[in-house]
Formats: sequence, C-alpha cells, structure tokens
Amino acid sequence: MSTTTDNWPEVQATAREALGEDIAALIDACREDEHPESRLIGVLHKVQETFGYLGEKQLDAVAQLLQVPAAKVAGVAGFYHFFRLTPRGKYVIHVCMGTACYVKGAERVAQKFMEELGISWGETSTDRVFTLEGSRCLGTCGLAPVVMIGDDVHGNVTADQVPIILDTYLKRAK
Amino acid sequence: MAKRKQITLTIDGTQLTVPEGTTIMEAADSLGVYIPRLCYHPDLSLSGSCRVCIVEVKDFDHYLAACSVAVWEGMVVETNSPQIRQARRDVVELILDNHTKDCQTCERDSNCELQSLAYATGVRRRLFEGERKEFPIEASSHSVVRDPNKCILCGRCVRVCAEIQGVFNLSQHGRGFHTVVGPAHLANMDDSVCIQCGQCINVCPVAAFLERPETDAVWQALADPETHVVVQTAPSIRAAIGEGFGMAPGTPATGQMITGLRRLGFDAVFDTDFGADLTIVEEAHEFLARLKEGPLPMITSCSPGWISFMEKFYPELIPHASTCKSPMSMLSTLAKTYYAEQKGIDPKQVYMVAVMPCVAKKYEARRPEHTMPDGTPYTDAVLTTRETIWMMKCFGMRFTDLAEGQFDDPLGLASGAGDIFGTTGGVMEATLRAASELVTGKPAGRLDFTEVRAVEGLRETYVAVGEHNIHVSVANGLQNAKTLLDQVRDGTKQYHVIEVMACPGGCVGGGGQPYPPRGVKVLDPELLRKRGAVLYQIDQGKELRKSYENPSISELYDSYLEAPGSPKAHKLLHTRYQAKLPRGIR
Repeated sequence: MSTTTDNWPEVQATAREALGEDIAALIDACREDEHPESRLIGVLHKVQETFGYLGEKQLDAVAQLLQVPAAKVAGVAGFYHFFRLTPRGKYVIHVCMGTACYVKGAERVAQKFMEELGISWGETSTDRVFTLEGSRCLGTCGLAPVVMIGDDVHGNVTADQVPIILDTYLKRAK
Repeated sequence: MAKRKQITLTIDGTQLTVPEGTTIMEAADSLGVYIPRLCYHPDLSLSGSCRVCIVEVKDFDHYLAACSVAVWEGMVVETNSPQIRQARRDVVELILDNHTKDCQTCERDSNCELQSLAYATGVRRRLFEGERKEFPIEASSHSVVRDPNKCILCGRCVRVCAEIQGVFNLSQHGRGFHTVVGPAHLANMDDSVCIQCGQCINVCPVAAFLERPETDAVWQALADPETHVVVQTAPSIRAAIGEGFGMAPGTPATGQMITGLRRLGFDAVFDTDFGADLTIVEEAHEFLARLKEGPLPMITSCSPGWISFMEKFYPELIPHASTCKSPMSMLSTLAKTYYAEQKGIDPKQVYMVAVMPCVAKKYEARRPEHTMPDGTPYTDAVLTTRETIWMMKCFGMRFTDLAEGQFDDPLGLASGAGDIFGTTGGVMEATLRAASELVTGKPAGRLDFTEVRAVEGLRETYVAVGEHNIHVSVANGLQNAKTLLDQVRDGTKQYHVIEVMACPGGCVGGGGQPYPPRGVKVLDPELLRKRGAVLYQIDQGKELRKSYENPSISELYDSYLEAPGSPKAHKLLHTRYQAKLPRGIR
C-alpha cells in the first residue's frame, strides 16, 4: 500500500520535538501497556513538571504519541485544578487573603500588585517573571498582611513596599 | 446463547417479568409507561447526567435514574407519584434556569426536546432567574455552528461523535457551571478534527449545534432578476422532505419537492441523481483502470464527511479514494459549463444551489478544488433538507397539496441507480450494475444486488463480474469504517471496492435531514430503513435503472465530454485530496 500521502512521520516528529525525548520515551513505555490511555494523567503530570504548565502544543503532542483523542486530553487537563493551562512565572506571589491579613489591608496590597504587574488573580506577567495568586491563611497571622514570594515570607507588607519588593525579584530574575 | 435469567418486578402497580439486565426505563417502556428523559439515547452509551428520568424505588430514600439502573427481583417502582412528578419538574426547572429564554426566535422552536419536556412535566412559570452562560458562539465553520450558551450538557454530541463516528472531536471542558462542550482547546470546528458530518446537530436536544445557515444568500439570489438561479436536489431529499410537513417517514415526495422549489423561484430544478449517474460512469471506468494497474481497493468519494475523515484520519488511503468528484460537485460543474454554454448564459450569472441531506456538503462546496478558474465556487450555496423545508414554510406552501412537478433538462433525467445513491449500499449497487456490463461488454443480467442493502453498519460480499470475483464491502457510520479500514491496512481483508458513507444509514441519515417526528429518535434504524426504502421503491418503479443507459448522459458525452475518462472529463469531473491537520486519533 502506498504511503506517500501519509503524514504520520511528520506528525510524530513534531510531537516528539514538542515534548522532548524524556517524555516521548515515557509515553513509548506507556504504549506497551494494555490500556495506555489510563496513563494519561501520569503523563500530564510529567509534562507539567517539565514545562511548568500544559500548553496546547504539548497537549496535542501527548494526544498523538499516546494515541488518545486531543479533545479528551484537553478535557482531562482542563478538569483538574492541579493542571495549569497557562504558563507560570518564575516567582509565584501568594497574597494571603485570610481574615487577619484581609482586615490588615491585604486587599490594598493585592490591588497594588495588580496595578504594578498589569495582571489579575491567577495571571502571569508578560515577562513571565511573576504569577499572582490569592491564598488562604498562611498561618503567620502575627505578620499580617503576609505575602509569600517563592519560598520567602514577607510580613507587615504595605502597598507602598510593593514596587520595592518586585524590583528585588526582578533583579534576581535577570 | 444461554437464556437470560428472568426478573419479576412491579412498575406503577403492574407486575411484569423481564430478562436480567433490563433497565427500569426499558422495563417501563415495555409496559407502555414512558418515563420522561433527556440525555438518554438508545443508540448511545448511558450518561445518566440529566436526572430527568428519576423514579421512586421502594426502600430507597433517594430517587434512582431509570435509564441506568438495572431491575432486580421484587423491585417496586413508582414512576408517577405526586412527589416524583414534582421532583422531575424541579429538575427540568433547574435546567431551564440557566437556559437562554429565546424559544420564539430559536432555530429549534417547536422541535426542541427541552421545550416539549418542560411542557410535558408541567413547567408553566419560570420561578428562578439562574445565571446565564456567556460563551462566544463559534460560527467560523463552513458547516457547523456551536452555541455553548444553549447547551444543557447532556453529552449526546460528545457520545455520537465518539461512539458512532469514531471522531472524538468533542469533549466537556472545564468544570461546574463553566463546563463547555467543544473540540480540544475550544478550537474552531474546521481547525479541529471535526469532519463536518453534523451528527452532533442531529442528536442535540436543543440548539447548541446547528448547520451554518445559507438561506439569506439564497433568498437574495432568488430576488435578483439578473441571476439565473438553479437548484439540484440530492437523492435522499425526496425520501425525507415530506417529514417536515407532517408526512409519515417513508413517504416519497419527489414531485411536490420539485414544484415547491420552482415556486420558490428557482429558474431550473435539476436532479443530483443525474450527477450520480455520471459519477457511476466515470467511477466504473476508473475502477476498470485500477483493476489492471491498481491501487485497489478503490474507495468511493461521494460522502464529504468521509473524505474529510480520510484526509484527517487515514491520509495514507488517499491513493485509494476514487478521484471522481461527488455527484453534487459534478452537477454544479456542468451547470456552470455545459448548461451555461447550451443556454448561452454567462456562467457568472448562474447561481447554483444544492439541497443536501448533509452539512459536510457546505464544506465541500467551499473547497478550493471545487472552484471555477476565476476562484468562485461551482456550488454557490448548500441548503440542508431542514433549511429547504423552512424556506417552503416561510413561503406559506401547503406542501402536501402541491402538484407533482418534473425535473428540468438537461441535468434532470436520472436512472434508478442514481436514486439509490442516497442510502448505504446504494453507490455500491449502482457501481455493480455498471461494472459487470463494462467488464463483459454484455448487458448485465442482474439489476438488484440485495446483498449490499440493509442499514447495518458493515457488510461484505463477493460479486461475479465477468471473469473476476469482485470482493466488495460497505460501511456507514465512521466507527464502522474505522473497523473496515484497519482490516484493509493490516492486510487481513482485501477488497476490490469499498463504499463508505459517513452517516449512519448513508445520506438518508445525514446531518442535515429533518429532525424526526415526536417519539422517533434520530439514528433509529427503522426510520433510516423507511427512508432508504423510498429510494429502492423509486428505483424499482423506473424503466431506466442503469446509469449507462441514461440518454442525457450519452448526449453529454457525445456533445461535450467526449468519452468517460477523457482529458476533458478529468479536468471537469475529477478532483484530488490531501492529508490535513490536525491528524485524528484512530
């Protein structure tokens, strides 16, 4: 049977390139299973671990290599909160919105982050340095309002300090 | 097979015995007790998501979904107590609370399952104003419009796309109130693996999926005195259009259809069956050449849903697809060449409308392969059967009272072989009628190849054609086609000719056909069989039953195309295909 019109070699090559050899090899191993589709969530975890999020390109590549329909892959990725469909910044800013922080002005602090970065909750700055997240009580109410950036805890944060804090991390990111 | 264990239960005070494994809903159906339902569809897997079919079961403190619970010995079911009727009405009210309030302006007005369910369950007021969905309407496709705001998340479209068509283009994305049904990444339908078959439109209980409307363009052309507006009707239209006017399924309506179209203002009414006869002549020649030089099997190319499926899912089979254009595209091409020339009209003034049972034809008409040298399409507009019914209703026609009209020459005379193109197995039968004659040079003794008839998804047979024993196979519904094509690819089966039609039952079950009357489910094999039977009946009643013997076809070759397979015939009547992305998962 003629194979001249078959685009599988290119489709496969594009998919492997999008995911990198490690993930492609993982999927190859999954394909040995009796039910490769049951490994989908595990594969998606690996992709998120590697890329930080699940982009359309990666999801389509998983669909092709694992041979699970793209609509299903995207449906699973979009269903679980743990999976992120948009890229995350290098530093994730968690502004505590717990009761103590809230009454001590966390709202104003959060507002300042949004203004400075031009983003809203859950979004990532265009330079991909910062992602802004609201968070429940961080357990350090004595320092309210509290902001966590990466693993660092900042206490008694005021809106005025926000540009200075951001500047420190911006320099570190470069 | 071992006899299944029998279960005795009581429904609404009546005792009955049914085989083990029967659901409450099926048991109730057998008693003539119709439990209201919404997400359930007999030909699709169970979803149990709408909760409309809840019933009371003795000793249970909560209601059970009748569609998905199997009966047990001694079960006592109550389907119509005041409490259950109230609960069911609450369920429907809650679905309505988030639903668009636009019944009067909705395309599904008067044939919406949610609308009739709300009436049947007794919803007379809308007590609550639920939050409304505000998703963008996806109307970029040439074929299918997706309106997630009307979607009630029953999941029938997702199931038909996966289970019947094997396409898996649709999925539910997100969660809770923000759940939306669509292709991966909510891409445009034409940029996804959608093959435009429109079965999602057919099974949708509301108007979340619809065909892309083209009636405005047609009205406009009809109103323009400078434009010569011609129309062609596919074989399966005559077998289903009557349903839109209250005629029983299985009633032929060729004559009224022609008169109705003429009354709408079309200057000529042509028969796609003529294009089908021509397809047969060209395809039979192509088959003879392939019998000598390959590649075999040859796969038919009339169904545009199948062609898209091949390009996205099985591109390596492209060399096997017949290069013949579909009957629609052949006829449209001739309308703007042969016919225009004969009539002395500038082809640019001819506006070609095709009435099709199909939404994929809307896509086919826009394919760049099917355009005139100046880039304008040969087929200007494609109307579904549903759109055509609406136009006639809009005109105030009493369809059933219309006198019986005749198709116009020179593209209106067709053999019975052209008629049966509209049902699964029909293209194969028409091919076989022609092939034996062509191979042997003698008139074929046989006209009826009943072994390829039947609406079941997959069949195969051997047919003696001269010295050859031709192995043929017929598939409808693309999940069945997948099974067949996989066998061809891995070499377990070798065929000479394969007919594939994308939709269950073939074109009679197309994505543009009328929504079936109340009580009849779309995809119902009985409905498809009745529509198919109309075409066999028309074929049987014709004296002219072989494409080769159509005098209009002979005249066309003598005066214009020279001979079957001639360079001119190739230029006008054949096409090409190419692998398309995204590639489907098979």
